[in-house]
This record gives sequence, C-alpha cells and structure tokens, in this order.
Amino acid sequence: MESILKNGIVYDPTNNIKGEKKDVMIRDGKIVDSVSSDAQVIDVTNKLVMAAGVDVHSHIAGPKLCVGRLYRPEDERRGVKAKTATARAETGFSIPSCPATGYRYSKMGYGTVAEAAVPPLEAKHTHEEIMAIPNIDISPLALFGNNWFVLQFVKEGDLEGLAAFVSAWLKISKCYGMKVVNPCGSEAWGWGMNVHGIDDPAPYWDVTGRQVMVALTKVNEMLGLPHSMHIHTNDLGHPGNYKTTLETMKAVEDLKKNPSVSRNQIMHCTHLQFHAYGGTTWRDAKSGAKPLADYINKHDHITCDVGQVTLDETTTMTADAPMEYDLYKLSGLKWANKDIELETASGLIPCIYSGKAPVSSLQWAIGLELFLMIDDPWKVVLTTDSPNAGPFIRYPRIISWLMSSDRRTEMIENKEVHKWVSKRTDLPTLDRVYDWNDIATVTRSAPAKILGFEERGHLGVGANADVAVYDIEPENFDPTKAANAAVVEDVLGRALYTIKDGQILVKDGEIAKVVPSRHLWTNIQGFEQQEKKVLEDIMPMFNKYYTIKFENYKVHDHYIEPSIEYKVKASK
Amino acid sequence: MAYEEPVTDYDKIVENCTCAFCGSNCDDLDYLVKDNHVVGVRHACRLGASKIMEDEDQRLLVPMVRDENGELVEVDWDTALDKAAELIANSVRPLFYGWSETSIECMKRGLELTEYVGAVIDNQATICHGPTVQAVQNVGYPLMTLGEVKNRADMVVYTGSNPMNAHPRHLSRYTTFPRGWFRQRGRFDRTLVTWDPKFSDTAKMSDIWVPFEENGDYEFVDAIRAVLKGKELKKDVIAGIPKEDIVELTEAMTKVEFGALFFGLGLTHTLSKQRNIDIAIQLVQDLNAYTKWVLLPMRGHYNVNGFNIFLSYEMGFPYGVDFCRGYPRYMIGETTTIDLLNRKEPDVFMVIAADPGAHFPGGALKHLTEIPVIQIDIHWGPSTEIADIVLPGTFIGVETAGTSYRMDSVPIHMKKAIDPPETCREDEWIVNELFQRVKKIKEASK
Repeated sequence: MESILKNGIVYDPTNNIKGEKKDVMIRDGKIVDSVSSDAQVIDVTNKLVMAAGVDVHSHIAGPKLCVGRLYRPEDERRGVKAKTATARAETGFSIPSCPATGYRYSKMGYGTVAEAAVPPLEAKHTHEEIMAIPNIDISPLALFGNNWFVLQFVKEGDLEGLAAFVSAWLKISKCYGMKVVNPCGSEAWGWGMNVHGIDDPAPYWDVTGRQVMVALTKVNEMLGLPHSMHIHTNDLGHPGNYKTTLETMKAVEDLKKNPSVSRNQIMHCTHLQFHAYGGTTWRDAKSGAKPLADYINKHDHITCDVGQVTLDETTTMTADAPMEYDLYKLSGLKWANKDIELETASGLIPCIYSGKAPVSSLQWAIGLELFLMIDDPWKVVLTTDSPNAGPFIRYPRIISWLMSSDRRTEMIENKEVHKWVSKRTDLPTLDRVYDWNDIATVTRSAPAKILGFEERGHLGVGANADVAVYDIEPENFDPTKAANAAVVEDVLGRALYTIKDGQILVKDGEIAKVVPSRHLWTNIQGFEQQEKKVLEDIMPMFNKYYTIKFENYKVHDHYIEPSIEYKVKASK
Repeated sequence: MAYEEPVTDYDKIVENCTCAFCGSNCDDLDYLVKDNHVVGVRHACRLGASKIMEDEDQRLLVPMVRDENGELVEVDWDTALDKAAELIANSVRPLFYGWSETSIECMKRGLELTEYVGAVIDNQATICHGPTVQAVQNVGYPLMTLGEVKNRADMVVYTGSNPMNAHPRHLSRYTTFPRGWFRQRGRFDRTLVTWDPKFSDTAKMSDIWVPFEENGDYEFVDAIRAVLKGKELKKDVIAGIPKEDIVELTEAMTKVEFGALFFGLGLTHTLSKQRNIDIAIQLVQDLNAYTKWVLLPMRGHYNVNGFNIFLSYEMGFPYGVDFCRGYPRYMIGETTTIDLLNRKEPDVFMVIAADPGAHFPGGALKHLTEIPVIQIDIHWGPSTEIADIVLPGTFIGVETAGTSYRMDSVPIHMKKAIDPPETCREDEWIVNELFQRVKKIKEASK
C-alpha cells in the first residue's frame, strides 16, 4: 500500500523542517522517500502537515478512571454521541468511555499516548481498557514510588536487586516505563498521613522520597529504559511547593545518563504547573514558575510537561491520594479513594476550575508561564495531565493561547480570568508566541523524544506513517491575532486527515476507520538471572502479604493484543 | 457434619484456580481432577467447593425450545440459535439481563449485540447493590483493595452483611484472621465489630456487636457522625443503642490506626435504601479527618462488580443502560430491568448467568411469562421454567477461562481446569453466535 500526501506545508522539528512545501510519502505503514506511480494521491496543497501527536502524560485507562466513570454519571452525560456506521457511541467529558477516548485523540491528530499511572496489581484492568480504546497506541507507565518491595530495596541499599525487581515487574505488568508519584507520601496515606518535602520519611519504612527517586533514577539508567524516570514530585498542589520541586530536580543532577538511550533527560517532571507555587498558603500563593523555568533553562537533565489548567469542570485523579483528601477538605465535593495493597494509593475528586476563581486563574497563568519562560520547547511538553487540569480535548484551545499573546491579554483585560493573574504572576509581561514549529515540537517531536520513541513524532524516512493534516494554510493565516484563536481551536480539534501506520483513520474531522490500539511495553533482555533470583527472594513476602497468587498476578499475553515489544538490552 | 475422608483418587491437581462463587474470588483453590471431573477442591469454603464439585447436578446439557404444548424439548444448536436470533432480530424492545456469573470476554460480545439491536443491558446490581452505586454517585467512594485491610487494619466493621455465611473466607483470607505486614498476630491485633439487628454468625465471633433495631441503621450512623462533629446526643437511646455506647464506639473508631467498613444488602435494602449508604460513606469520609478509614460493598456474584466496571469503561455507565436511541442512556427507575418489566415494555428477554425466576418481584415475573424468554445458563432453575429457549453454557473458572473482577475490583484471569460437556458451548461463543445470526437476519431484511 502506497500513498502520497501532496504539497502540504510540513513542520517536522525532529528533521529540522520548518514549514516547507513538500510531499510526504508512505509505503507499508512507514514514511519513505519515494513511491511508485501507483500510489494513492491525497492532495493537501498548502495545508498544515505534521507527524501525528504524541501525548507524554494522560490518564485514559485503568482502575481509577473506572471509579471516576462509576461515580460521576453527570460527567458521562456530557459528550454523549450516538453511534455511526463506523464508530461506537460516545459518552463523557473529562472521563470519556474507552471508545470515545480513542476517537477524540484520533480526531485531534494524535497517534500515541502514555497512560501515566498503572498499579501492577490491576494492570490487567488497564490493558483491558486499552483493548477497548481504538486508534491510538498506548504506552502504560507502572507505579513504583510507593511499592513495598522498592522501599525495602532502597532501605537495604540494594540497587542490583531493585533493578532486577523493576525489570521483572515491567514484564509482569507489560508496561513501558517507570512512574513515581509522591514517593513515600502515598505509602504514608496508608495511615492517613503524607510526607512533606523530599526528606521526610515514610512511616515505618524510614525511607525518604529523595532516596526512592534517586535509587529508581539510577536503576532506570542502569537498565537503559527508553523513557527516563517519570516523576510527580512530592507536595503537589501546596503553596510554596516549588522549592520541593527544585530540590527534586537537583537531587538527580549528578547522575549519569545511560549512553545507549536516545533521550536527553534523566528525569521527566510531569504536570509541573501543579508543582510550581510560591507563597505559604492559598491566601498569599503566587507563581513559582520563574525559578523552575530558570533551572530547566540552565540544565539538560530535566524535561517537563505542563498540566495546563483549561478552566473547565473536570475530575482530578491521582496516585497522590493524600492530596486528593486535602482537596476534599477544601471543596467538600464527593471524594473517592482507591488504595492498592503493597503498591500505591489513589484518590479522585471533581474540580471546577473557573476563570472567576483566584486560585484556578493563578494555576492557569502559571501553566502558561512555564510554556513561555522555558526557552527550549524540546524541554516543555503540552499536557493537561488529562483529566486533572482539564480534559485532553482542550489541547487545541491551549495551542490557541500559546500562539497568541493578544488572546492572552484579551482574556486578562476582559476579566475572563481573575485579577490574581496580573497581581501574582508575570504572565501579562510575557509576549512570546509559539509558531507552528514550536507547536509541532511540544506536541510531537519533544514528547516522542522524551518517551524514547525513535519511530514516532516525526516524518523522517523509516518513521511510522503517523501523520496529521489540518485544514489550515499556515502561509495565509495569522494565529497571533486574538480573533483567530477560535479558528485555531476549531481546526486543530478536527483533523482533515489522521493517518496511522499509513491508514486514514480520520477524514474531515470524522472517524473514517477504526483499528485496535497497540500496547507498547518494554522487555529488558540480559537480566533474566538476576530477575529469577530476586523473584525467589521476594516470593515469601509476596505470598504472605498480597491477596492474590503470583500466578494470577501477572498480565497474561492475551491481554496485550496487539502489542509492540521494545526489547532493551540491560547495560550498566 | 460428618467427617469426610480426604480425596486420594485423582489424576492431577490444577493449582491456583479461582472460585466462581462469591465476590471474594478466592484464587488459591486446587482442583483435584479425575476423568475430566473435579472430584475434590482444596482451600475453598463449603459454598465454593459444592458449586465447583457438584456442578453436574441439574446441569443443562442440551439446547431446548418450548413446543406448542408448553414443554421444553431438546433440539440441535442451530435450531435453538436460529429461533433465538429470530426473536431478538424481530423484537422492538429487547432486554438482556444477567451477566454477573460470566466472563468479561462474554460481556464484550453481549454489548456488541446490545448496541447492534438497540437493546437494554443490565445486571444483578439493578436489584442488589444498585442503591450502593447511587450513593457512590451522590457522595463518593473511599475504597481500597482487600490486602490493605489484611496488612494494616486494626478495626474491621461488618454491617448489613453476614460474611461467615455468605462470603465464608472473607474474614480468614482477607480481613480479620490473616497475619498482615503490620498485623503480625492476625486476629489478636484486630477488633472485629458487627452492627446488625441479628445475632448472626459474624456477630457471634465479633468483639463488639451493636444490635441496632431494624431499619435503625440510618439513625445509628447519623448519631455516630453527630458525636464525631462534637454534638451532644439528645436522646438516651438511639435506634435501640444507649447513647453512652455510641459515644464509646465513636471514640474507639477515631483511635484505631486503620479501620475498614464492609456493608452488604442489609444496609442497601432497609428503609432508607441508598441514603443508608450515603451516610455510611460520609461517615468514612469524616473519620479520615482523625485516622485512616476505608469501605467496601460486599458484592455477591463473582463478577457482578466486573459487569459494572466493564460497562463503565465501555459505555460510561455502570448498569441499566438503554441503547434504543443509538446512544447509551442510564436512568435508575427508567432504564432498569424491574421498572421496564413492571411497565411491560420489553418484548423479548434474554437472561444469561442469572436467575430472575428466583429473585424478581411478582409483577416483573408475570410479564416475563407473557413474553419470549431466552436463557443461557449451566443449571436448571426457576428461570428455566419460564424460558422458551434454553442454551446451555459452560462453567467459567472450571470449564472455560475468563476475566473477572473481585469485589475490590482486582481483575483475575480465571483459568480452565477441565473440558466442558461436549454438548455445551462457551457463553462467549453462544452470545457471539446470536450476534452473527441476528446481523444476518437484519441485513437480509434491509
């Protein structure tokens, strides 16, 4: 099967192509440099062409999503859509049903999404949901930061054992990489407590967040995982927390990156906006974006995504369970909790981010500050930590804010956002705007690079033929105009074409074809002996304290059909 | 109970099988297999073992169709499936009920059929923990996996449930007796509490029994919340319990390190229905200001929770979902089974892995006798008496592998230990076959 996208305006930052008029050629699901005359011709003259989007951090499949759907029918009733000849029915706004999740990402021109939090005990549930999500490939990240085995290894200083454990558990849970959430804090939540800062130990274990994340980062590099340590730092959502975030970044400053990996960073700080607050309480809270952006500008071992607040009613959900209880005490809305034995905790609560509210507006501005203050767009990636700061379907709206300083000023002047934006952040002084190349970087090239995908996020020869075409002519359109913000949002929300592995999945903003999503997972090679030994060592503890047999714990192969296995050779 | 000799005559042992009885989904059972029959089960409770071993009792083995004399007569698979498909294809308001004792894989096929014909799909939650789900939607859902209780809990409360009879291994495997990481002495490190009007077998072995009066549950929990909030109780006796006892209990609950509240249908189906669960959930939320508390509904069938999870991730709503307009609608009292039957709306009823004949109220059953009923099940039961077409399925977790979700939502892959009877078909196969045949009929008539 061959096809050729003719005369599009191509933005492909990975290959340094900035708005050139050129053809994109596809054969057998890959980008190639020539096709035969039999190729199907798709005329995209002067239209915006990019690689399909890659999302570095989103919550789309798994147990806490399901608690969310179960306990918020009011959210499910938003976004209801009848089935069509090709697509199933859709429900949900912030926590869409699985089919809706796939369709909506696909319509925005996305092709790959990282599911950011998988408790290994319930990994089967995550994979079952991935099977129900069509049209996007999904790389699940397993939670390790509060796992009892991890805490034990860290306490004993056994890095070799920890590496073998991580390697075995990625195979067992069929996950792509490591995620750490509020290390030691979610374990403290087992007793209704939290940790404060990175040097406050978890009760009983007497291990600190710093020790856990340093050890896991070292292990991540020892194993040479394609993605780096992916961390949700301690103290999320607390005024003054930017100091903890800065400490976290500094804690891994001197660690060595594995030379075999393609990424640049050794730590990815997720939804940085939630970790970038100054002040001491919500009364005197202010932006802490500047010191964080300055640090990232000066250091290359850190990347981040933003977790941009979209000013919607949404559902927050995180393995940072104590923080969710704090939010419950603040808002009084209906609180859900889901603790997982020996592994992690999680909490959920609905959240209404309103432009009329000072705190929501502050958060909105801090997110944009991070985008605009971090100089290199390869280090800062677009996310909403969906659905935490807002649902992923708002990405086009965020892009319209990034591309137009006039639109941001308009929002501030029209009082679409609270005056705290002017008083407590530097956003009004930032007139930087993103161009299409920057947008392609923060939504495609950079997230793919950060996740360690070499075949995604770009249009070079040999890349997957994942392409998005939008119904906009970059050469005849001024996205910096405030009046054009709505056009940007509209056009990016319904791709003219979304092509995945050479197949047209979306045409004219509608689902044209449905294909199963693939489960992307990492299989570490050459560590089998160590894994075997560590499994023997931990099995007595496993059998005694889990409530499920080890044989029934793992994710069996039929839960990951179809999948892509990334074989990684462990090296030190 | 007479002493039974241990089974020694078997061909092989299949280890770590999952019990397909209650929502505890114990996954540590060993089946002793001889000549393709389970002749013994190790580690299971009596309920689970008897279900697994005496599975052939009243087993449905061949497809049947009711003839003009009202008798069920044996037919071949094609005849039965064609007849069932025809009924479904020609109906205007089909209702597909049950699903809680079959696999997620089968539910997937069932949902495809439901969407295709625009039917209503519903499960047993509609008559059991439906009020719980409503309460969760009202006020929240602070839950955990059972291992959290095993490893941490120093107080376990059961109310409106009697696990010693209904979930016999719940206390021994998950909550009260096992030695946990932080509770190395097991039972001795925990306080077991039962709130129940009845001196149940669970109450008998509890450290504290609170016998509030019938329908007094809401008032009793309300009193605890009042004490928690620093209010003085005005009445001396509340819901049959002296106020001093309530104050004492409240203090004890705030002083534990980790408390877990389990509740069953005794709480969901007394006078205040979902309001009982509302206030129980709110109590747990309040208690978290003092110390750690969590709760969990005691789910009955081994996959009743699985259906709610499955339907939520596929279609956004947990049960009682109506596809007649091409998009899912969910409204308790409107799109739920009993209400539809009471209004005499459905014109075809398919029941799979459930026994409405034994459990539905009279009015609903009356309508079932007036419309065609298709039954997919493994045993003869009251529903078979009202069924017009009977399609014999297989036993998940024994004869067929499949996924289920434990009461605390931990997914388990239930394995296959023996081959099913030759004349029976897997549930997933049956439902898919119906779907394919219905599709053929519908497309031919276009």
